[in-house]
Amino acid sequence: MTVIGVIGAGVMGVGVAQNLAQTGHDVVLVDKDERILSDALATIARNTRMSRLMGGPALDADEVLARITTAVGAAGAAKCDLVIENVTENWETKRQVYEVLDAECGPDTVFVVNTSAIPITKVAAVTGRPDKVVGVHFMNPVPAKPAVELIPGFHTSPETVQRTRDLLTAMGKKSIDVKDSCGFVSNRVLMLTVNEAAYLVHEGVADAESVDEVFRSCFGHPMGPLETADLIGVDTILYSVEVLYEHYADSKYRPCPLLKQMTDAGLHGRKTGRGFYTYASN
Amino acid sequence: MSNTPTQQILDFVRGRYPQAEIDETQDIFALGFVNSLFAMELVMFVEKTFGVTIPNEELRIDNFRTASTMAALVGRLSPTLAVA
Repeated sequence: MTVIGVIGAGVMGVGVAQNLAQTGHDVVLVDKDERILSDALATIARNTRMSRLMGGPALDADEVLARITTAVGAAGAAKCDLVIENVTENWETKRQVYEVLDAECGPDTVFVVNTSAIPITKVAAVTGRPDKVVGVHFMNPVPAKPAVELIPGFHTSPETVQRTRDLLTAMGKKSIDVKDSCGFVSNRVLMLTVNEAAYLVHEGVADAESVDEVFRSCFGHPMGPLETADLIGVDTILYSVEVLYEHYADSKYRPCPLLKQMTDAGLHGRKTGRGFYTYASN
Repeated sequence: MSNTPTQQILDFVRGRYPQAEIDETQDIFALGFVNSLFAMELVMFVEKTFGVTIPNEELRIDNFRTASTMAALVGRLSPTLAVA
């Protein structure tokens, strides 16, 4: 069986690695240092244990972890036929990772870009294999979400799209086809909503609890936009809004100063124990 | 009586959801604003606060619906903390 490379052991990479492992795939999880990787394995062990409580299948943490190996540096995925990249939503960071992957991996290796905003065609252009680069926007928490956006770039081949769709199906995901456009469908709408919700808190129009309650109680959403921001990561929200702002050069995407301040202050949401809300630490 | 497991659990839930008026027998998941992610926080809170490890077969949402059911779970896992 082939090993799938998962680059980046943050919130998304951890979710993708767990989802792959619990659906019977062998995974090499890659990040830039050992500590991040050992934390990631501890998180996967915890999340696997909680799976049934969260409405998912009952899982054996040892079995899931047995399918995951780790490696430091993107070259650790050199032997993989398919790599799912989940590094920070920052162009320079992604660009550097793709240069390494393109040099280290075989010519037939497919690169799946897990991004919520960066255009797939732009990522493909820094590699020598634009036909084998495809976008998938996974939702968080990855193992619990039944669908993804599947985004071919300008040069992506139908074979690459099919191969990726087959893997997603094996992971239990429905693919929703979306054309390549910065932010795709989900984040063109969601990031503006979260950003505007942050402005409401910033301006003192309503506190975070009240903003979220309007969405839950009036619209019937399971979560409000600021709870969602804490789940995604406030820093990731800021980077995504900045990507939209830069790409479209449209002032409607100007990031709320509160998101910047929270990011600088380390209030990144659930993953740091505090964002718009405060969480019990583990 | 403020140190019973039931009271500590109630304090934790009220701290996270100050707008909720809840007592020890109220199903917090039926209130509408608590989602399954909070269940995970409850597990971590209970394990850390009472020094117990909840076995996999006890990780069911029914054990976390009310402060009473959570305190009963703590009592099963740690007899010295059992609620009178």
